[in-house]
Amino acid sequence: MTQLASEKTSEHARAEQSAGHAWLSALRRAGADRFAAVGYPRLTDEDWRLTSVAPIAKTKFAPARARLDDEAVALASEAAFGPDAAIELVFVNGHFATSLSHVAKLPRGAIAGTISQLLSSDGSLLERNLGRLAEMADTPFVAMNAGAMHDGAVVHIGKGVSVERPVHLLFVSTADSEPTQSFPRVLVVAEENSEHTLVESFIGGPGVHLTNAVTEISAGNDCRINYNRMQRGGDEAFVITALAVHLARGSRFIGHAATLGGKLTRNDLKIVLAGEGADATINGLAILRGDQHCDNHTLLDHAAAHCPSHELYKHVLDGSSKCVFRGKILVRPGAQKTDSKQTSKSLLLSDDAQMDSQPALEIYADDVKCTHGSTTGPVDEEMVFYLRSRGLGLEAARHLLTYAFAADVTRRIKVEPVRRRLEDFLAAQHGLPRDLRITDLGEHDEKAR
Amino acid sequence: MAFLEIKDLHVRVAAPGGRDILKGVNLTINAGEVHAIMGKNGSGKSTLVQALAGRETYEVTRGTVTYDGKDLLDLSAEERAREGVFLAFQYPVEIPGVSTDYFLKAAVNAARKHRGEPEMDSVAFLKLIREKMALLKMDPSFMKRAINEGFSGGEKKRNEIFQMAVCNPRLALMDETDSGLDIDALKVVANGASSLRGPGRAIIIVTHYQRLLNYIEPDFVHVMLDGRIAKSGDKNLALELEERGYDFVERQVAAGV
Repeated sequence: MTQLASEKTSEHARAEQSAGHAWLSALRRAGADRFAAVGYPRLTDEDWRLTSVAPIAKTKFAPARARLDDEAVALASEAAFGPDAAIELVFVNGHFATSLSHVAKLPRGAIAGTISQLLSSDGSLLERNLGRLAEMADTPFVAMNAGAMHDGAVVHIGKGVSVERPVHLLFVSTADSEPTQSFPRVLVVAEENSEHTLVESFIGGPGVHLTNAVTEISAGNDCRINYNRMQRGGDEAFVITALAVHLARGSRFIGHAATLGGKLTRNDLKIVLAGEGADATINGLAILRGDQHCDNHTLLDHAAAHCPSHELYKHVLDGSSKCVFRGKILVRPGAQKTDSKQTSKSLLLSDDAQMDSQPALEIYADDVKCTHGSTTGPVDEEMVFYLRSRGLGLEAARHLLTYAFAADVTRRIKVEPVRRRLEDFLAAQHGLPRDLRITDLGEHDEKAR
Repeated sequence: MAFLEIKDLHVRVAAPGGRDILKGVNLTINAGEVHAIMGKNGSGKSTLVQALAGRETYEVTRGTVTYDGKDLLDLSAEERAREGVFLAFQYPVEIPGVSTDYFLKAAVNAARKHRGEPEMDSVAFLKLIREKMALLKMDPSFMKRAINEGFSGGEKKRNEIFQMAVCNPRLALMDETDSGLDIDALKVVANGASSLRGPGRAIIIVTHYQRLLNYIEPDFVHVMLDGRIAKSGDKNLALELEERGYDFVERQVAAGV
């Protein structure tokens, strides 16, 4: 068994980290206090009325230990990008796994490392930024994370610096003899006119575990950020994520988030378009089966004028799975010329699957263009007949159409190792060859939306 | 035995209380023949070819269809296709995310597998595609685009006949392929369809107008009226219909001629 960087318990690690960082102690205390006061969200809370976290509240979790077993190593290796990543930081149950990570030098002016490492040298970047975007009032889980976090990743891209290959943060969660929990934390600070690609992978092994992750991304003026999140595996996993993005003037954010596994998943995503001309695209994909439950809450917060935002979420639901999409577009006073488009499309593969799609527009400016559309239904029988009338079998036709439905999101992903993994997953699920060609219809389709 | 033998075919909309559409169609088609089926909207001509292709929104309530010695009605839509039946749609469906080349290769190979032949390799497939694209005067970029997505009406129809040429059916069913085509496109499409004319196969053309028949000369023309074939003749019947309208057939039927 390989030892991780730290063998200490999370408690010890936290105490040691906080020494000399009063702000960190304060943040943790505030998180713990807030969570103690509000507790787990309840169905009576408006934002949680379609997602019960009772299974999480009822579970007794033990702190995940800092050790690597064969299972964790195998999961990490399978999900690793290796040389395709500029740098790859692997965390197992919240603990940094040096031996599995691919630590390389980033271009001058850019750093990526663990929170622990940075605290031991210079904590000022963290002090200035940690906890500023993901607010504890957003969800009780953000407070819980702040109270319990002990490590995670920090990415700092300096002014004008461009990091071409992806920075890959890989979080593996495994169960011990008891259910485990971990609280990954990520802070990304992109300085003016910088460019980078970030990938967060959340990979779950068998058994019961809770991953409660919070990611904050702060972009200065004129940044370009390509963000990708992929969540896979863990049939009994609880996965709660919060992503908070702040875009200053002229910054462009393109994000893709895919949920392919987990028993109960909740993703809260908030993008604040804070400066004029900031531009956000966020596309999501959820592929659910069995009794999986996934709840995607997104908020596009238009706080400045002349900002476009695009959002496309697609859901493929099989078995008795249940999915919630609540997409809020908030246009604040003064955010004139906002141009926001939101689309939610859901494919129901079984009679028992359930989709709840709710757009929510709050508009406080008068010269804006906001559109939203939502469709939910089974595989189109006209399309199925068309394919069958050319000789494709009934099942093959349904699989092909389902694949094409989901691939409409994956084909937009520019990060090859992410796109390939998603498309391989889809192809395997639908018994299709890996080299299935996905037509590049981006432009046409954008117009159609 | 005839290549295609339709006897007393009754078809209704497959839904509770579904409307009867075909009320006893009898039609015999020999290999090598081209038959045109004409008639007013709602006479049942499109339903006939769609029922032959196996569309499940139509239910056969009575009658038999024998195709090349087999009970056609006993086969699923995909089995009919693999046996060489091809329906060129009146309203081709747009299928985002599935490229025409992937789909067509899957279609061709499904039929080959059904016949116990090995799958066509990429080189041979590409050669076949290029040949048929030239025949239909199509832009090669169509192959990489999603099936019919964003195509104009004319492009969709051309794509249907292109696919028909690639699949090389023994029974080609053309459902109002000529509607929405300008005269140049009509010639190209008709030329593509004519290339399938030959021994061992048959074509059924459903159309409102005589125009298409100038380019694919039918051996027989049938007029459908209220779910039955009311009158049959040679190509001159199409000309007569063009001149006199469908009313004269209705009057003849009413008069018991």
